[in-house]
Amino acid sequence: MRIERRARVPWSLAVSAPFAAIAAALALSAVLILAAGVNPLLAYVEMLRGALGSRLAVTEMLTRAVPLVLTGLAVAVAFRARLWNIGGEGQFYLGALAVAWVGHDLISGLPPAAGIAVLTFVGMMAGALLLSGPAYLRLRFGVDEVVTTLLMNFVVILFVGLMIEGPLRDPLAFGWPQSVPVDGAYHLPDLIPNTRLHIGLLIALAAAGIVWLIVARTVFGTEARAAGFNARAAEFAGVSLPRTIIGVALLSGGLAGLAGGIEVMGVTRGVTTTMSPGFGYAGIVVAMLAALHPAGVVAAAVFVATIFVGADAMSRATGVPSFIADVIVALALLTMLVALLFSTYRIRR
Amino acid sequence: MIESLDLLFSASLWAAVLRIATPLIFGVLGALLCERAGVLNLGIEGIMTMGAMIGWLSVFLGADLWTGLLVAAAAGALIGLLHALLTVPLGLSQHVSGLGITLFAAALAYYLYRLIVTVGESPPTIEPFRPLDIPILSDVPFLGPVLFAQAAPTYLALISVAVIAYVLARTPLGLAIRMTGENPHTVESQGLDPTLIRIGCVMAGSALMALGGAFLTTAAFNSFFPEMVQGRGWICIALVVFSSWRPGKALLGALLFAFLDAYQLRLQAVVEGVPYQLFLMAPYLLSIVALILVARRARVPEALMTPYRRGER
Repeated sequence: MRIERRARVPWSLAVSAPFAAIAAALALSAVLILAAGVNPLLAYVEMLRGALGSRLAVTEMLTRAVPLVLTGLAVAVAFRARLWNIGGEGQFYLGALAVAWVGHDLISGLPPAAGIAVLTFVGMMAGALLLSGPAYLRLRFGVDEVVTTLLMNFVVILFVGLMIEGPLRDPLAFGWPQSVPVDGAYHLPDLIPNTRLHIGLLIALAAAGIVWLIVARTVFGTEARAAGFNARAAEFAGVSLPRTIIGVALLSGGLAGLAGGIEVMGVTRGVTTTMSPGFGYAGIVVAMLAALHPAGVVAAAVFVATIFVGADAMSRATGVPSFIADVIVALALLTMLVALLFSTYRIRR
Repeated sequence: MIESLDLLFSASLWAAVLRIATPLIFGVLGALLCERAGVLNLGIEGIMTMGAMIGWLSVFLGADLWTGLLVAAAAGALIGLLHALLTVPLGLSQHVSGLGITLFAAALAYYLYRLIVTVGESPPTIEPFRPLDIPILSDVPFLGPVLFAQAAPTYLALISVAVIAYVLARTPLGLAIRMTGENPHTVESQGLDPTLIRIGCVMAGSALMALGGAFLTTAAFNSFFPEMVQGRGWICIALVVFSSWRPGKALLGALLFAFLDAYQLRLQAVVEGVPYQLFLMAPYLLSIVALILVARRARVPEALMTPYRRGER
């Protein structure tokens, strides 16, 4: 008995892999819900109701999905090129902080659309610059970017803490450490009135479309894929590895930074050190569930957001700790890895 | 200025160094063992979190402290088995599997903690390991408090360094482990099974990581709270590179890091007008600097992160 690579992965298998993975993750998590003395089916129904059961619930879920689409895209473009960007969390925070800083009073008086465009760019730049450091260290000194991006997450969150207790402190926040808010003119308009859902959703969807064009339709996208598949062969074929890796880093870091910027402009207005419930790390799950495809990222982000938003409601209704959401999402990542294996390989006797 | 130098001569600083180093020593040894056999284990952060929780929980539910450590190690080995099964026989990406393990183990630890423990205003506590009190030795000025009045698991960590260094360098088993990390095919030609060796090393390494986590809740502190591992696992992954995959140097690296950490904590109190976050950042930034210094010279195990399939080259 041996396993061999399929010559080509049938469509049906590629599409069903994430569904199989999610089903397996839910089945495994059911054991833990049982341990809490609650019927898992009931818990899952409550979860769905909490995330999709009303117009308000759906808008909350989509609001949560916006940063996940962007951090998921960030991970997808990086992992495609085997640039292990685990620093999405830090890039998210730095993007958020930069937008709050510039958006508070540095660009007062711009027309709202122009201001929002500038701030979008600022958020992207902050994330892109942050990831270009580890990418440069890998190219110049051979330092593994997994460790550097992970460690930078801690450095950035401390830096955010320093800034929001110091120079960027919001004097109106009564001792609660929070940054100055973005100028009201540059808050992202609501997509649906009287909900928190903002036009960041459209920006995230546009980003997914653009990333799809880049990875599927440009030379850069092909070169990045080649660099990830076999760096040596790619270089032999004339791909400049440093240029490709730095390009991927700027795009990936930019997307994660944009996630932070959008979250500040759309939801939180100011920055706190707890504004992200792990958006950067969840981006890894989103990207893997999507098998690194930009279109799949949108769907996977909706799934992860459903679990997170639904788990809060389910926890209130049944008493099952809401940490079950993190368990389900993490298990989905592991089961997806196995599902991907079985869709790309087959067992032959 | 004088004050900040004075700090260097205080016994409490050096006693703190060993205490802070202990979880790192366990963690870096665990990561080193996995990597020497050819498997990167990014599950470390989550495994340490699980070790911290389950070790504490066992004691909270009535077990004695050493049993708590044993339970933590067993839980670590189990999670390690999961990572090993995914990455060794299945050959999945060690990066992604490890990150998944970290997310999973940490989430599971928080979930179980919330499920079993009712948390009031402050997290419940246990009676932790106390510093040893050895007659005469513990009372020697300076050396006594630094070397002979640590909590017992600290000595276990130091012994583990010696044992792992000896096993890796001087025993047939160690040779087989090292060969598995360099060239698994030669191991197979010796009639040994590289797959089993890798699985065993990942399990043993993960057990050590979990002990590092358990030290936090059963000796350094007396309660469990979320985010308490605070990147120590990632620091250990950096320390393995820094140590060039050698246990002795890994011990030195852990001590050096712990020294910086202990020193910055005390400097915060002495140096005024500098935000405390800058001090807290220093250890992370210095780890990155250390990596830059050694990365080019590091002798990475040849077959690290290369899945092994029998008969395939």
